[in-house]
Amino acid sequence: MGKLAQMMTARRGRGRLHWTDVFSYVYLAFGVVLMFGPVVWLVLSSFKTPAGLVEFPPTFLPLSQIEVEVEGHRKPLPLYRTTLEDGTVRDLAQIRRIGIVSQMVDPENPDQTYKVPIDQREEIREFRLALENYSDPLERFNFLKYLSNSVIVTVVATAVTLLINSMAAYGLAIYQFRGRNAIMVFVIGTLLIPITVILVPVYLVVTQLGMINSLWAVILPGAATPTGVFLLRQYMLTIPKDLIEAARMDKASEWQIYSRVVLPLATPAIAVLAIFSIMWRWNDFLWPLIVLNRSEVYTLQVGLNAFQGELDVQWHYILAMTVVTLIPVTLVFAFLQRFITTGIANAGMK
Amino acid sequence: MTEIRLKEVKKAYGPVEVIHGIDLTVASGEFCVFVGPSGCGKSTLLRIIAGLEGITSGAVEIDGAVVNDIPASERGLAMVFQSYALYPHMSVYKNMAFGLENSKMPRSEIDARVTRAAEMLQLGDYLHRKPKALSGGQRQRVAIGRAIVRDPKAFLFDEPLSNLDAELRVAMRKELAALHASIGGTMIYVTHDQVEAMTLADKIVVLQSGRIEQVGTPLDLYNRPCNAFVAGFIGSPRMNIIEARAEAAPDGLILSGAGFRIPIPAVDGLAPGDACSFGIRPEHLDMTDGDPDLSATVTLTEQLGGETYLYCDGDGLPQITLHRPGQLAVQAGQQVALRIDRSQMHVFDANGDTLANGVGA
Repeated sequence: MGKLAQMMTARRGRGRLHWTDVFSYVYLAFGVVLMFGPVVWLVLSSFKTPAGLVEFPPTFLPLSQIEVEVEGHRKPLPLYRTTLEDGTVRDLAQIRRIGIVSQMVDPENPDQTYKVPIDQREEIREFRLALENYSDPLERFNFLKYLSNSVIVTVVATAVTLLINSMAAYGLAIYQFRGRNAIMVFVIGTLLIPITVILVPVYLVVTQLGMINSLWAVILPGAATPTGVFLLRQYMLTIPKDLIEAARMDKASEWQIYSRVVLPLATPAIAVLAIFSIMWRWNDFLWPLIVLNRSEVYTLQVGLNAFQGELDVQWHYILAMTVVTLIPVTLVFAFLQRFITTGIANAGMK
Repeated sequence: MTEIRLKEVKKAYGPVEVIHGIDLTVASGEFCVFVGPSGCGKSTLLRIIAGLEGITSGAVEIDGAVVNDIPASERGLAMVFQSYALYPHMSVYKNMAFGLENSKMPRSEIDARVTRAAEMLQLGDYLHRKPKALSGGQRQRVAIGRAIVRDPKAFLFDEPLSNLDAELRVAMRKELAALHASIGGTMIYVTHDQVEAMTLADKIVVLQSGRIEQVGTPLDLYNRPCNAFVAGFIGSPRMNIIEARAEAAPDGLILSGAGFRIPIPAVDGLAPGDACSFGIRPEHLDMTDGDPDLSATVTLTEQLGGETYLYCDGDGLPQITLHRPGQLAVQAGQQVALRIDRSQMHVFDANGDTLANGVGA
């Protein structure tokens, strides 16, 4: 807490606020609003009712109208602050609305009804979280199935990505051979090709392999990433050659050098790639949408799309489920960022 | 016990040949030191023996078997690297056990061997530390321990002491000598420090530019260097080597040069008129009251108490170093008359090859 306070009040010198302090704080505050504003708005909106979402002007907090039980009426009635003809202001419940006139009842005295023009009444609202936005999809939609599909895709794909990318990086970093740099340039070069260009050919390959509508169709095509190979290879280049040779003298096989010496030393780079891979896979939408056509294999992102009909978009569900899908990546990041330390692997040298 | 033999070993990187045909036998149980200036190929030669570098032609034999095509891991040798190359993510124990685990040794045997090596190297208390938490000397011991536990056919050391400070280096040098005495394996040791070479070696191999200049015991090289390079390289401070020309004299020759005429007995292979050079070690020069061989001016004195070094300049001469036991009452700027001990004088021909190690009786 002390550290946080220190950080929040840090300034350039010891004396008065310098203009660069003011500038820095304004700039940083702008950054915070820019980054966190949409997330905060998303979270708050996810707790609004459908009516609250389309309201104009929008409210900041999720509010909803108070409803009261009134004797003689089966459903709870919405409560309004009403200005009566004689100028008195009363809290009345609305029974029904006919044109521009609404029929009101006093909850305290259910026998007495009033007829009030609708512009003479104002909704009474309270802060209320529309938790049904979260509970409904969990019950009515196949949310858990989508979630487990997403988790399987993310975990398996990340594991496969880390394994094959680190093996490729090992080969390109540790071994000296003719054409090593040419291969590396070739690998990096594939970054220039956008996924939309290879969408159709990859789809054809996946179809031929009979993987359509299986999670493998999502996992395998993107498992080898040039970014990952590049990232890991550059990091592995910094591992001292002596360590590899020492392992060779220690009768280690190539597999043992890879798994017991190089991989543990490349942990920081692996952690970075793991975070990237998890984010890519979890948020991936286009490719799963193309290769997954049956709802039991949908991932979360594709599942969310189901709330978006041609004529009707169920924003409250979409927003709520978006918040849910954000949680795992956030947790993963919070956990893995500890491993992203820049400590280079030469602590055992010299 | 292992004998290592190199036959006509050549190594080229592309068109550049760096090792020009080395023939060498390292006898079983021998402590052999490769010494030479940096870039002379001594480390390359060691890595060739280790199997970390291939060779262009020739043969490397271990116990009579040609191992040219056998990878480093199968040669049964252990190497201690200049940088130690400890695995930073493993504890000291794991570092030492790694090689044994790779050869699928039973747990109990690994444990026994690591414990024994740790005891020998006084590492018992540090077995569970990471290399990061060790001092330079301790890391060095772990690196040696990692080699010992393997019980290798031979130990290869690549400048293992060069990262230590002077005091620790002397201490580790003694430990290495003791280690060789106790386990007695064949050891090949690379260094550019001729003091390490002199103190540790049974046999010294002096290398220059990828060629062997001379092989011999330390005192052999000291007393009978085969050329001016070896003469200059072995011994500290280095030998004074002075250019001269031979002239005829009634009873032998006179070596003459800038400001000196030194009569010597006849030397085989040196005829009057030949260009030559002669060398005399700092400890074999003395000041004299009589007829001087050389005269020079003292520019610097180093009084160490037990011994004294004088650095002298003379007209047309290279700097001449003088090393005498005891304390000398000599000041900088003083003229000194120097006498050369003929029996310790080395004479080289124009190419630098030795004509005589000690002239006269």
